[in-house]
Amino acid sequence: MRELEYPFDGELILKKSKRLRRALLEERSDFLEKRIAVLGGSTTHDIIRILELFLLEQGIRPVFYESEYAQYWQDVMFDNPELVSFAPDLIFIHTSNRNITTWPAVSDKTEEVEALLAEQFAHFQAMWEKIAEVYRCPVIQNNFEYPFYRLLGNQEGVYPQGRISFINSLNEKFYQYAREHGNFYIHDINYLSASYGLDRWADPLYWHMYKYACCMQAVPVFAHNLANIIKSVFGRNKKALVLDLDNTLWGGVVGDDGPENLEIGQETPMGQAYSEFQGYVKAQKDIGVMLTVNSKNEHDNALAGLHHPEGVIKPEDFVLIKANWEPKSENINAIARELNILPDALVFVDDNPAEREIVGAQSTGTAVPEIGTPEQYIRVLDHSGFFEVTSLSEDDRKRNEMYQANMARKVQQERFADYREYLLSLEMHGTIRSFEAVYMARIAQLTNKSNQFNLTTRRFTQAQIESFAADSEYITRYGKLEDRFGDNGVVSVVIGRKGTLADTDIYRRGEIPDASDSAASGADVLHLELWLMSCRVLKRDMEYAMMDSVVEACRECGIGTIMGYYYPTAKNAMVKAFYQTMGFERTEETDTGVTIWRYEIPADYENKNTVISVKSTSKDVPS
Amino acid sequence: MSREEVFEKLNEVFRDVFDDEEITVTDATTADDIEDWDSLEHINLLAAVEQEFGMKFNMGQVVSMKNVGEMADIIIGQIG
Repeated sequence: MRELEYPFDGELILKKSKRLRRALLEERSDFLEKRIAVLGGSTTHDIIRILELFLLEQGIRPVFYESEYAQYWQDVMFDNPELVSFAPDLIFIHTSNRNITTWPAVSDKTEEVEALLAEQFAHFQAMWEKIAEVYRCPVIQNNFEYPFYRLLGNQEGVYPQGRISFINSLNEKFYQYAREHGNFYIHDINYLSASYGLDRWADPLYWHMYKYACCMQAVPVFAHNLANIIKSVFGRNKKALVLDLDNTLWGGVVGDDGPENLEIGQETPMGQAYSEFQGYVKAQKDIGVMLTVNSKNEHDNALAGLHHPEGVIKPEDFVLIKANWEPKSENINAIARELNILPDALVFVDDNPAEREIVGAQSTGTAVPEIGTPEQYIRVLDHSGFFEVTSLSEDDRKRNEMYQANMARKVQQERFADYREYLLSLEMHGTIRSFEAVYMARIAQLTNKSNQFNLTTRRFTQAQIESFAADSEYITRYGKLEDRFGDNGVVSVVIGRKGTLADTDIYRRGEIPDASDSAASGADVLHLELWLMSCRVLKRDMEYAMMDSVVEACRECGIGTIMGYYYPTAKNAMVKAFYQTMGFERTEETDTGVTIWRYEIPADYENKNTVISVKSTSKDVPS
Repeated sequence: MSREEVFEKLNEVFRDVFDDEEITVTDATTADDIEDWDSLEHINLLAAVEQEFGMKFNMGQVVSMKNVGEMADIIIGQIG
């Protein structure tokens, strides 16, 4: 919805929030529901009101728990049946410098300031540890914004007694904690308040009148920034940039002006602006964003522009270049198809409002930011938060290479008449094992972002993934795939739970048995609670290798039957008949389209995968 | 801006904020007259009024304001 896309009119959002909410709820029905606890050190009413809008915009429908005024610490530290039964998917702690209780005095000695710092940090750390122990869900914690006055003036950050120095030290301790703990994310209100304007942000009227940590007008900026972290945690980040060329990546039209006359490089102010933008775009690769081109140009002209000696970004930085005379909306669909992602994972960047209009009108969910003029491109893309970083995995950094390797595989494929021969030529090596510590973050990430090849579309936090791994009731498998063109990383996840045939009733309803229901003994059936695979390894027989491994694990603990479930969503039609392909028999289809599948493991089971060499898996199966 | 014009604009703001096209405010209107007008919506309402008229209430005014008539007086006093 245009009203909620950066750059937005915050005052309009505040004023018309009720109307916007209604419209958002009518726009779609496939919301991902998430339970979010907002624990405040100041009033949180309007933050929740506006946060809801930005989350709905991302397809997330929040249910909120709101602490009583300023009870953030007490709510966590003392018995709180209400919060326990709320069972949050995420906890947001909304504190600010108004909640700092141990400010140093100018007369304090340096050691005394150190002690105050430690005391204040311990207050927060105790709370985070309690959350990790009791709630085991992701936490988002504000850092501290600067105060609106400076007793020590410009030396406030120099002397340890200064409040700016104190805040800097405290923030650094928060960051250190975030670096050392997964599932813990900083909401950087220090940056946000600076970017917004500290004097306006900290308007004391809002604190004294209403106990607001920031002014009302800043709430939309705040909520937007926070919603970006939340949607990223729940796997709703965009994945690729689709870039126009002429007047987007350089000034001028390469086909008309010739590559030598483009504005790019240090010679002119405009050329500098485009260079800085190219540098920004190129750096997106490092956080796992795929770069593609969608330009109305002759292909050769596009390449000539990208080979400009002053250019920062080169043809090899892109995973796909569509330079042709097709409508851009069709190129976008083709890009999505070829990358095996959905159009709603794309961000289309084009200086031409008419092109943006056409692409936006397709309503495929592709983001179409109003990028403004060349010197504004970076700010608009950056503040939009399409690719908000919540974890920097090795996979993210290598994603462009992986997709480029995919393109190389396609070329390879064309040389083989026989598909199996082609698969063998890839020299694939798989690693399929029970969940292991180093991959927990990636596994959780996959459960949150895989939509298409996902049988049950269950979303899990890292804490849940870890608990399955430790629980002998579960058989867990992750699959990693390498081949001669590169390492695809962890690409498939299966979670099965041991039980009896009677549990099928629970799964039929889309639920999972309570911990107390689990069959302590006599478990002879494996219920597949999750089976997903990244689309980047479609048609590589990885699913067969996963099946072999699951079967092997079952046999080792005396399980003879595997039950599979397909829960239909708007996005997972591609796996509707997946279990049939795997040799399961369909036992049932409910009126909501859920299908239930049964597989009796034959005594003479033969491995289905014959093209991937799989590293041994069995020794670490919990039994 | 005449007092009538101020009230016309105030009606629009109230209708947006409370999402109710039926609202018509008068000098004597108070929070008791509008169902959703509680202390939390009050903050949002004042912010919307400030934006509409391009002015700011100071703390003293917010604290002492008794009804919509007084709100209109402050607005007229500031924007002339």
